[in-house]
Amino acid sequence: MDELFAQAWTVARKDLLLEFRTRTAIVSTVVFTALVLTVFNFGRDPTAVPTIDLAPTILWVTFTFAAMLALNRAFQLELENQALEGLLVSPLNRTSLYWGKLIANLVFVAVVEAVGLPLFVLFFDVPVGRVLVPLIGVIALATLGFVAVGTLFSALVIRTRFAELLLVVILLPFLVPPLIGAVQITAQLLGGRPLSEAVGYFKLLAAYDIVFVSLASFLFRFTVDE
Amino acid sequence: MLSVEGLRHTFGEGGGQVVALDGVSFTLMPGQALAIFGPNGAGKTTLLKVLAGLIRPQAGSVQVTGGRRAIGWIGHQSHLYEHLTVRENLLFWASLYGVPAARRGPRAAEVLGRLGMRDRADRPVWSLSRGLAQRAAIAKALIHDPSVLLLDEPFTGLDLAAAAELRALLGELRGGGGGAAGRVVVLATHNVDEGVELATDVAFQRHGRFVHFAPRGGREPAGIAEAYRRAVTDG
Ligand SMILES: Nc1ncnc2c1ncn2[C@@H]1O[C@H](COP(=O)(O)OP(=O)(O)OP(=O)(O)O)[C@@H](O)[C@H]1O
Ligand SMILES: [Mg+2]
Repeated sequence: MDELFAQAWTVARKDLLLEFRTRTAIVSTVVFTALVLTVFNFGRDPTAVPTIDLAPTILWVTFTFAAMLALNRAFQLELENQALEGLLVSPLNRTSLYWGKLIANLVFVAVVEAVGLPLFVLFFDVPVGRVLVPLIGVIALATLGFVAVGTLFSALVIRTRFAELLLVVILLPFLVPPLIGAVQITAQLLGGRPLSEAVGYFKLLAAYDIVFVSLASFLFRFTVDE
Repeated sequence: MLSVEGLRHTFGEGGGQVVALDGVSFTLMPGQALAIFGPNGAGKTTLLKVLAGLIRPQAGSVQVTGGRRAIGWIGHQSHLYEHLTVRENLLFWASLYGVPAARRGPRAAEVLGRLGMRDRADRPVWSLSRGLAQRAAIAKALIHDPSVLLLDEPFTGLDLAAAAELRALLGELRGGGGGAAGRVVVLATHNVDEGVELATDVAFQRHGRFVHFAPRGGREPAGIAEAYRRAVTDG
């Protein structure tokens, strides 16, 4: 088990080092997130629909698409000089490869969200002060689910043409359950409802994470080996 | 030890089917170096990918003492990350191959020194010339001190001096003289002059088959080159 985690960490650290060196993906994703929030900010009529009703959806649509950009990049970088081929002939355990990619993707998306959330609060002027901790909890839970499934699918499509498009098409249906949960909880939190009302959706998110992290850890080996 | 038995592999279906491997069997002990010569499309790369475990053959079996960890493979691709330095690449692969943390740095320095890359160690791979990148790829394949070396056209892009250096290095790695255990080496190329010196065994591959397979014995490189020319041109 130690060996599995050590290998996963080796892969994750390498991915993060590569990301830090080039910075192209993280910078463009952060810019994308800022732009989407800006467009939503100006592209709505605050007199027609109250901000508070729209804000949760906007937040989650933005985070979902930012995560897609991150996920596309995860295995793309292994195609350079066919490094993936090198990984597959090495003693690297397939589950470690999955966990390594999962960790790197989570860090990547967390950075984007850490920039996106303050922008969201700034643009939409939503009251997050009292609910910040549970809000970060929802974001963490939903992001883990998104990225766990997305990492699996990004490995599946990597050798196909139009991998980016295909990923979005096959991934979105799987993101519907955590997306519904995340939007509902966010709406309740921002609407000032008691936390106890959100417990059911929190359970849904947690269950989704447990099921899909386990399932993806198991299924991953079938995606990379031809 | 490396042992294969009855390997067969085809690509495609029906009329467009290509037989890339056809009834290939051999066993190599440490200290033996097999040079496989064959024209483009003969199936050399397919064979090495099967040996490395990247392609599962449709028939036949492969046995490698020590498994994946024992194999060092230099293919057509370097497997190096362009935006990491040569050293960072080596440390990454050393870690994946289970080289103990304290040994990785010294081992990387040793391999880089052996390939004349010590002063290039901290340059990103993208800034290297083709020949230097090839040397870095060789360093990557040797980082975990593999006991079975699989080399697919390893001289590609190397200048004369670097190619001679690599030949000397491979001869040393093969070892086996004077009672030392040595390593198994399999080298595939379409150029007889490049690989024959190092070889203890010689095979000619054509349409996936070994049309000739024998110990090199006392044969001169010129004689082998002549035999190869006849084997791949007749009928
Ligand atoms: N992935 C693949 N899909 C379809 N056909 C393939 C594939 N890989 C190899 N082939 C075919 O199998 C045959 C053997 O190819 P291989 O690459 O093993 O030859 P080679 O001896 O290495 O040639 P070269 O000297 O050009 O490198 C060729 O006809 C090639 O077109
Ligand atoms: Mg080849």
